[in-house]
Amino acid sequence: MEPTADFLNIKDVSTAFKINGHYYDAITHVNLQVHHDEILAIVGESGCGKTTLATTIMGLQDPSETKITGEIDFEGTNLLALNDDQYNQYRGAKIGMIFQDPLSALNPLKRIEDQISEVMTYHTTLTSDQKHQRVLDLLDQVGIVDPKRTARQFPHELSGGMRQRVIIAIAIACKPDLIIADEPTTALDVTIQAQILDVLRAIQQENHAGIILITHDLGVVAETADRVAVMYAGQIVEEGSAQQIFDTPEHPYTRSLLRSMPQRGNENDDLYVIRGNVPSLQKMPQSGDRFAPRIPWVPASAHEANPTMHQVAPGHLVRCTCYRNFAFPDQALKEGRAQ
Amino acid sequence: MWKTILRRILIMVPEVIILSILVFLLAKAMPGDPFTGSINPKADPAQLHHLMKLNGLYDPWYQQYWHWVVHLFHGNLGQSYQYQEPVTRLIAGRATNTLWLTGFSMILTYALALPMGVFAGRHEGKLPDTVIRVYTYVTYCIPFFVILVLGIWIFGYVFGWFPTTGSISTNATTWLQTIGSRFYHILLPAILGALFGTVNIVQYLRSEVIDAKRSDYVRTARAKGVPRKDIYRHHIFRNSLLPIAAFAGYSITGLLNGSIFTETVFSYPGMGLLFVNSISYRDYTVITALVLIYGILNLLGTLLSDIILTLVDPRIRIE
Repeated sequence: MEPTADFLNIKDVSTAFKINGHYYDAITHVNLQVHHDEILAIVGESGCGKTTLATTIMGLQDPSETKITGEIDFEGTNLLALNDDQYNQYRGAKIGMIFQDPLSALNPLKRIEDQISEVMTYHTTLTSDQKHQRVLDLLDQVGIVDPKRTARQFPHELSGGMRQRVIIAIAIACKPDLIIADEPTTALDVTIQAQILDVLRAIQQENHAGIILITHDLGVVAETADRVAVMYAGQIVEEGSAQQIFDTPEHPYTRSLLRSMPQRGNENDDLYVIRGNVPSLQKMPQSGDRFAPRIPWVPASAHEANPTMHQVAPGHLVRCTCYRNFAFPDQALKEGRAQ
Repeated sequence: MWKTILRRILIMVPEVIILSILVFLLAKAMPGDPFTGSINPKADPAQLHHLMKLNGLYDPWYQQYWHWVVHLFHGNLGQSYQYQEPVTRLIAGRATNTLWLTGFSMILTYALALPMGVFAGRHEGKLPDTVIRVYTYVTYCIPFFVILVLGIWIFGYVFGWFPTTGSISTNATTWLQTIGSRFYHILLPAILGALFGTVNIVQYLRSEVIDAKRSDYVRTARAKGVPRKDIYRHHIFRNSLLPIAAFAGYSITGLLNGSIFTETVFSYPGMGLLFVNSISYRDYTVITALVLIYGILNLLGTLLSDIILTLVDPRIRIE
């Protein structure tokens, strides 16, 4: 199947939360496209708006507490214009979501079978026998060894990895075109992580689905993603193919992230630490480069007043002009000495 | 599941034995004796001693206790000193009255509390929620006997809508009149008891519903495309009822304790009133029997709570 035109097109989306009567942007003017047959990874540290972006696409925000602007085009429909009932036609059916914490995401009082077949009750016309069969098939597909037994069990009787597989089974039960996986492996140990990622990739190839993989684990990204969007403080700061991001990262934030990852071969070096914190929603600067306070050695003139995305290669976009002559302080020192 | 319940019941056996010893000793430790007040004050002390001896009241406590237990198993709780009638028969009559009152009060409590709690939680922060919350705070702040006295004064005395004393009218003759009159007599105390009893349940349920609303599994259900009203039916309601179910057994205990107030204020001839009266008359046999019954009912209440919880929450079953 040819990679089709963008079937998910996020246009200029901002989501603001109400805090003490004022709205504060958690994500600001996000533009993103997702294609069929690809895994788009969204990376960034905690609090940068990754999960907010996911729940915004799913329409899971409480409308009385949030204000969402922009447009989310999904297969020709603007999701943000739908009411709750119309949205329910998409949730679970055409868009599936995999949640972060596999224990609390399952209802503790319901059997696994009931939790998986519930999604089919609302989106398919299958009889209960057919649903039962489909539940067993799904559990088998996500790598559960004894589907019949697991179907009858309760969430507390399963291990973390098995629960995450169940969550995945729920998300893919109606063969959605888009799967949003919000840190699907964070709560799991490394061996299980790899298995879960394999399951995700297999499903994507089988259903030709597009997957948005949200994570802060660059190792996971390197292993699975086709394209990567790096988020910082509610904005996308860099976007490109996985190869572009890992081989030629441009934005200072992306480069800092990659440098703060342990590398084989220089175990004795100290890891790079990004100074400071992500500003809280209320203290977010409304103009200028939001990353500027964390690279204080870069002169103000290097930043744009209102940073925009710049194309550095086909499909590779970077926010702000400060990337052009960016160097880490210790590297600048070394280079200076070498000259 | 049956294993869990069986184990839970077995634990009760030593509890009941310890309870009975405590009850017996406490009653014995009370000052005074059953005869001094009820016999002619000029009676010969020697005769008093004779009576005490005859009733085995000078024996060591473990002998008295053993006699008491043996009789207990023969369904014989002794003779009431005050009423001169077997304690079993005396309590049986009163227990029926109390059962009517607490049973009806409990039904009313849950019939009022469940919808109120769910409604308040669902419409959190809106006007109906505020009204329900103010009601629970106000009711919680007023001592129960004040509610009873105010209720009996306003509805029994000022408006005269309800009888203020007794359990049945003397001129009820037919079967239907009997039922009607009984019901009429328990209506006001039961309503007042229910008003008081709803407070805890409403508050618990409200916060459980609010918690469940924000829980991850409800978010999962939303992501499945389940309509909101079905989410309430299938996910929020049942999960929020868990602590209420755990509460149910204990609330029987609370109602029984409450019935002591209610029956005293309404002069309603139930176990509570009998209890208060027999304490003032040092009617040992009745007191020990009643405390034992109250104690066992408490244990049964907690047992009931645990069984309900085992039935509704799969997490605490032992396979």
